[in-house]
Amino acid sequence: MGLRRHRFCFALSLLLATVLCSPLHGQNQLRFCIGAQPTTFDPLLVADGPSETVRYLTGGVLVRLDRSSQQLVPELATSWTINRTGHAITFELRQNVRFSDGTPFDARDVAYTMERLMDPNLHSPTGDAFRSSDGKVTTTIDGEYRITITFPAPVVGLDQLFDQVAILSARSPRKEMAVLGPYYVEENKAGSYLLLKRNPSYWKHDAAGRQLPYIDSIRLDIQQNRDVELLRLVRGEIDFINSLTGQQFDQLKSTAPQVAFDAGVSLDSEQIWFNQVPAAPLPGYKKAWFASTRFRRAVSSAIHRDDLARVVFHGHAQPALSLISPANKFWFNARLQPHAYDSKAALQWLAQDGFRLENGVLRDSGGHEVEFSLITNAGNKERELMAAMIQQDLGAIGIRLNVVTLDFPSLIERITRSFNYEACLLGFVNDELDPNAQMTVWLSSADNHQWNPNQKSPATAWEAEIDRLMREQASTLDLKKRKQAIDRVQEIVWEQEPFIYLVNKHALSAVSPNLHNVHPAVLRPQVYWNIEELSFATEIARNR
Amino acid sequence: MDIVAKFAARLILLIFVGGLLAATLARTSPGYGVDEEELDARLKAESIQALRTVQAKAPDAVTFYCRYMSRLIRGDLGVSIALHEPIRKLIAERSPETLKSVGLALILGWMTGLGLAAASVMTRSAWMDTGASLLAAAVLCIPVAVLALFCAMTRTPGRLVIAVVVFPKVFKYARTILVRSFDLPHVLMARAKGLGPGRILLRHILPVAAPQLLALAAISVSIAITAAIPVESLCDIPGIGQLAWKAALSRDLELLVILTMIVTCITLLANCSAELLSGRRQGVNA
Amino acid sequence: MKRVRLAAILFLVLITGTAFSAGFVAPASYARQFRDIPDASASRQHPLGTDDLGRDRLSRVLVGTRISLLLAPAAALLSTALAALIGGVAGLAGGWVRTVVMSATDLFLSLPWLFLLLTVRAFLPLNTSPLLSVVITFAILGCLGWAGAARIICADARELCGSEFILSARASGSHGIHLLRRHILPNLQPILFAQFWISIPVFILTEANLGILGLGVAEPLPSWGNLIRELEGFTVTSAPFWIFVPLILLILTVSCFQLALQKEDLWA
Repeated sequence: MGLRRHRFCFALSLLLATVLCSPLHGQNQLRFCIGAQPTTFDPLLVADGPSETVRYLTGGVLVRLDRSSQQLVPELATSWTINRTGHAITFELRQNVRFSDGTPFDARDVAYTMERLMDPNLHSPTGDAFRSSDGKVTTTIDGEYRITITFPAPVVGLDQLFDQVAILSARSPRKEMAVLGPYYVEENKAGSYLLLKRNPSYWKHDAAGRQLPYIDSIRLDIQQNRDVELLRLVRGEIDFINSLTGQQFDQLKSTAPQVAFDAGVSLDSEQIWFNQVPAAPLPGYKKAWFASTRFRRAVSSAIHRDDLARVVFHGHAQPALSLISPANKFWFNARLQPHAYDSKAALQWLAQDGFRLENGVLRDSGGHEVEFSLITNAGNKERELMAAMIQQDLGAIGIRLNVVTLDFPSLIERITRSFNYEACLLGFVNDELDPNAQMTVWLSSADNHQWNPNQKSPATAWEAEIDRLMREQASTLDLKKRKQAIDRVQEIVWEQEPFIYLVNKHALSAVSPNLHNVHPAVLRPQVYWNIEELSFATEIARNR
Repeated sequence: MDIVAKFAARLILLIFVGGLLAATLARTSPGYGVDEEELDARLKAESIQALRTVQAKAPDAVTFYCRYMSRLIRGDLGVSIALHEPIRKLIAERSPETLKSVGLALILGWMTGLGLAAASVMTRSAWMDTGASLLAAAVLCIPVAVLALFCAMTRTPGRLVIAVVVFPKVFKYARTILVRSFDLPHVLMARAKGLGPGRILLRHILPVAAPQLLALAAISVSIAITAAIPVESLCDIPGIGQLAWKAALSRDLELLVILTMIVTCITLLANCSAELLSGRRQGVNA
Repeated sequence: MKRVRLAAILFLVLITGTAFSAGFVAPASYARQFRDIPDASASRQHPLGTDDLGRDRLSRVLVGTRISLLLAPAAALLSTALAALIGGVAGLAGGWVRTVVMSATDLFLSLPWLFLLLTVRAFLPLNTSPLLSVVITFAILGCLGWAGAARIICADARELCGSEFILSARASGSHGIHLLRRHILPNLQPILFAQFWISIPVFILTEANLGILGLGVAEPLPSWGNLIRELEGFTVTSAPFWIFVPLILLILTVSCFQLALQKEDLWA
């Protein structure tokens, strides 16, 4: 009885908070949280989530990927064409557009932006996405509002990459603080909050001719604690949460169903990999285990992915099978199925490699007890729970798994420098639909080829095959050929399991009922991808 | 004058050593010099290499510290890599918040802790003593994160959590100190002569217990500052404690060194003041 | 109040006995995950319900009690002993020795020990058993937790050095370690007990937070600290009362330690 009363009070307070208290925070101001202080306001150097949020809200781009339809739409460019070989792209620019400080926008600004972006000394992640080979990128201004950008080699998915390129002003004294997006940064209290105000020069208008955005200002509170963030949403102090855990989602859903949204499976995945670096400070027999496909297949078969999705993510995830998520409709290889849980099959795989189960303990052919450690980053509750579940799953086939949670810098040092680890559980945060964005993961010579990076030559035949296929898909614009290559890469990854994919998480968000025109998507930013069209229901009523 | 000069010299030496040790601890810890950005799948090999080259060029702890001290003497505190702001500006903006938090915590923690301890001792009531001890035990056992969440839920200022952390320690030590002083012969005489509890406490117990209480006061400053780190991080109070936590997570060496120096300075000042006061009191009594 | 003290002692005996007979008393293995019933309510099979992974909470509380009840007081004893030794020697010696020792203590209080703990984790093999990992964690906490109390003990020892019975002891030929051991430390017992009593819950809670550094109790081993961490989420607002059992147990145990071991007869 006490419990039901408690829940009732909670629901009541939530409803009261959302109905009566919004907007608590003054006239027409959107408020939400970011997890940390943005590291930069230079849109070309954005590498972290909070900086990306600011870039999205303030940056004007030539083309925008509509997060809902996953189609490109014109923005500052009214149209564009890519030449036959994929080396060059020509943009027709929108006219009579100004930066937030009144400086006019034209082709010179695009040229300036590209010149800065492609400066090899800048080492911009956004710029690196364009680099398909060495050589200079050139821009040709064909008129005040027409520009052609030429690359030294074909760039696949070229137009889509411009979704990440916020155009800078070549002439404004305010430099990167003069923006073309719907908002500009008005105030920055480091470590506390950022205040964005509507761009008075924003070019976009709605169908009725009213200048966008509808919302006058945005306050980004820096809030690391996700529980406090949820509490603030319940109290109406913030208007949405872009990403919820399964547990938080279920709690909100049970008390205020109109607030919680499950947009479906996202592009993100969680996976384990084994350390296959030859020089790693591990015993030789363990290196042999991790290098064996059968061992990896056995571990994969022993993991109950459905349980992970159900228990850890409360059903808001689904078993993953390869590098492409099912959310990526075009590129996903629909012929593949997730590896089923089958401990018998796992033992059969192991038996083929000479492992045997004795009194509940698995031993290899040399008599070594199969025991290894799994590192993951501390503070991520979902990963800690997954690790504990995998520990039990592997225990059922006689493998002793030691779970070690580490702070993130220590973990990064182990997986990128010292290679002093055995297995690692991490997630892959994917913002790109085009699998070409994963080149540095799948090329055996690349730094992000996590299980064995920087190989001088591929260590295995299947890695050599993946290298070939990835290069092949990067060198052609023929979507059909690229799809065939990527499908084959997915098949090889499915067979060899260098990454043991566990789950693809759903995109879960929470939105105040007072916020209008919200259509949460699976692509980031899930909730505010159409920021200029968002408005408050109370404001709409007031304006009628 | 001699004492002041010695104290000043000791303070400077210890601040210097504290900074050097902090730099060494941070510089030699795992995870120093790695950047999360290296895991960005968009970065090409050259960019990752450039990141690592910058990190590899980072000097060893001693060299870093010598360069840092030479800049510090000129008033240049450097720029924080965690927050990308000048450190001087960050400290100037955030110090008042922490001073407010720690100050309030000490006042409330001492009022409650010493008050309950004195009440337990003076009333000689078993129930009073047991009740106060149970309260202190309960508060000691609740994690800071739970207290912070409770404050967030009840819209109570998060800085009160620091007071809640300080109170049980002050209570327990103060109670022990006061109990022992209560049984001294001169206090027994005062009680036998019919003096009131307040007068006995103020005139006969506290003066005798002063050196230990002063030492406790100095330690409680350290306790409060240490508690400020998780509390400010959890309650999003933009103070020095939150800054210290961010600096530790991002291995921001320059920020860590200056914050260690500040904490060392405050700890030393508190402890030396306590020593001076208790020494002066002993001199007066002699 | 004698009855209260007796009750406290009985409680401690009961809880210790139950914890060490967890193998017989627990309804299930502390590590076994009943995945069909995560976050289950209390029932006959699971008197305190189950946790996020469907593990029986009562079993985990019992095993966690064994670990925390054994190791936290041991670590507290270590830190108290170090505080007594360092503070006692400094107070007794006085002069420049006291100044140097207390300066080092102040420095010790100010340093960011987080990085030392990170370095310790880096040197430990990743396959360190959960039990060894938790023993090392508590040992480190014991070694790091002495500084605050050492200052108070030093001040106390310094006061004692001026008292008549110490002068008398010195006149009788007692000095150095003998003086410290026979005359000073026994009179510091109340302060030492205070330090011991405070350290127990502090170490239990700190151990749980050290998980962020890779230290602390590793899966699947439970401890009071990591069980109490279940309270640190927003979901605690609608959590059933049995989730608070580890916290209640900790409060009761710490209180009973206080009541059982306290020697001063304060009460009239």
